[in-house]
Amino acid sequence: MTIEKTAISMALKKILPTVQKPGRYFGGELNQVRKDWDTVATRMALIFPDIYDIGVPNLGIMILYELINSRSDALCERAYLPWLDMESAMHENHIPLYSLESKTPLSEFDIIGFTLPYETLYTNVLNALDLARIPLRSQNRSASDPIIIAGGHAAYNPEPMAPFIDAFVIGEGEEVIHEIIDTIRNAKDQELSREETLYTLQMIGGVYVPSLYSPVYNPDQTINSIHPIKDGLPKQITKRICARLPNPPTKFIVPSIDVVHNRIAMEIMRGCTRGCRFCHAGMVNRPVRERTVENIISSLERSLKNTGYEEIALLSLSSSDYTHIQELTERIVEQFSERKLTISLPSLRIESFSIDLMEKLKGTRQGGFTLAPEAATDRMRNIINKPIQAEQLLSTAREIYSRGWQSIKLYYMIGQPGETIEDVQAIADLSKRVIVEGRKIIGKRANLHVGVSTFVPKPHTPFQWARLDPLPTVLEKQNLLKDQLRGPGMKMTWSNPRETILEAVLSRGDRRLADVIESAWKNGAKFDAWQDQFNFNAWMDAFDAHGISIDFYTSRIRNIDEIFPWDHINPGVSRKFLQSEYEKSLKGELTGDCRGNCHACGILPEFNSLRRQNPGDLWLCPEVH
Amino acid sequence: MQRIRLIYTRGEELLYVGNLDMHKIWERTFRRADLKLAYSQGFHPQPRIHQACPLPLGFTSSNEILDFWLDFDESTAQIQQKIHETIQPGINILQILNIPLNAPPLQTLVCAARYSVVFTEVINPIDLQNKITAFLSKKTCMRERRGKPYDLLSLVQSIEVSETPQLTLEMTLVTLPGATGRPEEVLDELSIPITSVCIDRRQLLFTAEL
Repeated sequence: MTIEKTAISMALKKILPTVQKPGRYFGGELNQVRKDWDTVATRMALIFPDIYDIGVPNLGIMILYELINSRSDALCERAYLPWLDMESAMHENHIPLYSLESKTPLSEFDIIGFTLPYETLYTNVLNALDLARIPLRSQNRSASDPIIIAGGHAAYNPEPMAPFIDAFVIGEGEEVIHEIIDTIRNAKDQELSREETLYTLQMIGGVYVPSLYSPVYNPDQTINSIHPIKDGLPKQITKRICARLPNPPTKFIVPSIDVVHNRIAMEIMRGCTRGCRFCHAGMVNRPVRERTVENIISSLERSLKNTGYEEIALLSLSSSDYTHIQELTERIVEQFSERKLTISLPSLRIESFSIDLMEKLKGTRQGGFTLAPEAATDRMRNIINKPIQAEQLLSTAREIYSRGWQSIKLYYMIGQPGETIEDVQAIADLSKRVIVEGRKIIGKRANLHVGVSTFVPKPHTPFQWARLDPLPTVLEKQNLLKDQLRGPGMKMTWSNPRETILEAVLSRGDRRLADVIESAWKNGAKFDAWQDQFNFNAWMDAFDAHGISIDFYTSRIRNIDEIFPWDHINPGVSRKFLQSEYEKSLKGELTGDCRGNCHACGILPEFNSLRRQNPGDLWLCPEVH
Repeated sequence: MQRIRLIYTRGEELLYVGNLDMHKIWERTFRRADLKLAYSQGFHPQPRIHQACPLPLGFTSSNEILDFWLDFDESTAQIQQKIHETIQPGINILQILNIPLNAPPLQTLVCAARYSVVFTEVINPIDLQNKITAFLSKKTCMRERRGKPYDLLSLVQSIEVSETPQLTLEMTLVTLPGATGRPEEVLDELSIPITSVCIDRRQLLFTAEL
């Protein structure tokens, strides 16, 4: 039985006064787009599978929302997950998950698109489908159900979610989204069956329809192959990229209530030339493409006019590496300094130039200065390919404290391959030296926050072969740091090692994990990314119920020639390159920045003709002829 | 320096927007409209926007008032045009006025507010009238708010039922610092669930002519 839009609005009036932060569930924000349903052929809903507060600032959703709504033949609305109180109220009042714009049940859309930036959102996807009254599994959906698609960084290993998603999008969505909408529109016009529709979707480059691919396992449980079940389907799905970065969104939805980031997010470049071996984003987002200063400034101008936001975040994986960073900051100061804006520039290199940039952008020195050395010994820095001398960190820290900041935040990662307890001790020692420097300069006002995360091996990275550091070792390392990194002015935060285990299992999981995810969700797991909601027992019971060993996915030693569940997904960077980087890491050899000196990661042979059509400094890769 | 008074309505889109968030919405509206607000002095300068009286969550309003200050004078017609072009969904500007810089602060002038409570469920008007009569004929109606006892009746100036065009309660409640009558508390005394009504603040009443 479908509940009418007006019925949902009526019911909401009754239940919203009874829940926390009801503004999450009502839409009506500045810049939301409402179109007449009857004037468009294709209706799509985008879902960020966590609550509104987390989901609204997501840049991926904003990009697609603006692109889809710019079409005259399509509309795009949004939904987020309700928090627990609202979820029970919706159950009690028989309200299905609905779109914020028109309060339409999600089941009435043609396409539902989930963004999956990280793995701990998987149970929320199932919860969203359930709340929307859409069958969880692709095979149980009928012609009247929406096509469920998913993209985002976690989709680079789609297998754990394969049975729940009709089609994954691998890579950048800006161009392929239009092909998907055209395809769905034609399929509807031609009254194609669901099966036929999915087949035509698979014909689009960068789209992966998992029901058309089937895994075969070896007796030792590793993958033998994942192959198409029909002739004429590609053996590998190559990611999509935009040869030229399209214009950024400038009509951001401005929530009427406070959310985690209230700001204009401006992507200044995509990709990273550094090649840190643990970094998923650095591998899958190649080639590196930059926006022009002109394009950034005019887009910022338009965004400010459209939103009235008081804050701008300039986003990239490594801001200091943006070729025109100096010019950009000067132009920003020149153009915007009168307007009392806050401008943030994350991911800065550890050098005094970064402080110059921050000084330029910020009139005040509120907040801390964040640096990410990741490791504290040369040995580890060579393994992970992030060389930063201790002296360089100390001198940068000295300068930060002496130039007016009182607080520094350092990010480290423990559990990387080959790490010993001495390497962890070095993290404590180096951090203590930093706070000592601070005290020399500004006395007791000096603050240091040390954030210690635990390394999770990710697919499509040189460390995809690495094992997850076993739990007892992680606990030992964390305890060492917790013991030593305390005292006045010092603060340490760390990741819950059990959450790390779950993330590690899902990151390198295969299709057999789908049953575990579904059982965990049935056992009550949801909001796994929320520390206070994370329910490890629900997961453990689910693994037990399906006889699946966690160690197989976490601490098992993988052979160098093992076929991985994500090997049929091609991120452009070749497995050969990843393997050579892994082998170099075992020998402690560095690989330099790839700008100016190409290390043949595989991007150019893969996207050869795209590069030829887009020469010059649009890409930071060498030219091809 | 110029002081401007805005009189506006707040519709359903802003039902669940609290007072701090509403303040932010105005800041952003003025920024979009390219109006250069004057800032307060001090370590954390804030744009000078003063709302007359916070609107409780879940209410619409037909009569909101705020003052803001501009560094450089502009005509009210021009200001109206600029705001109109970039208005927040749910806000409708009724009037824009120039106010003497030394006029008293709005917040100090509010003394009462008139609310209209519209029933979304069918109820018997005679029962309703009886409940009201019984409530108003009490000598006192002691309640507690945040541990402090107070007499709700002393904060009620009037309650009336009207049946056209639909069954509505009109109530006027005292709105003074430390002595604010809340419509939901009156409804509670009348055993009317808050979820069965829509509440609109019809009018703010002031101690002096604005």
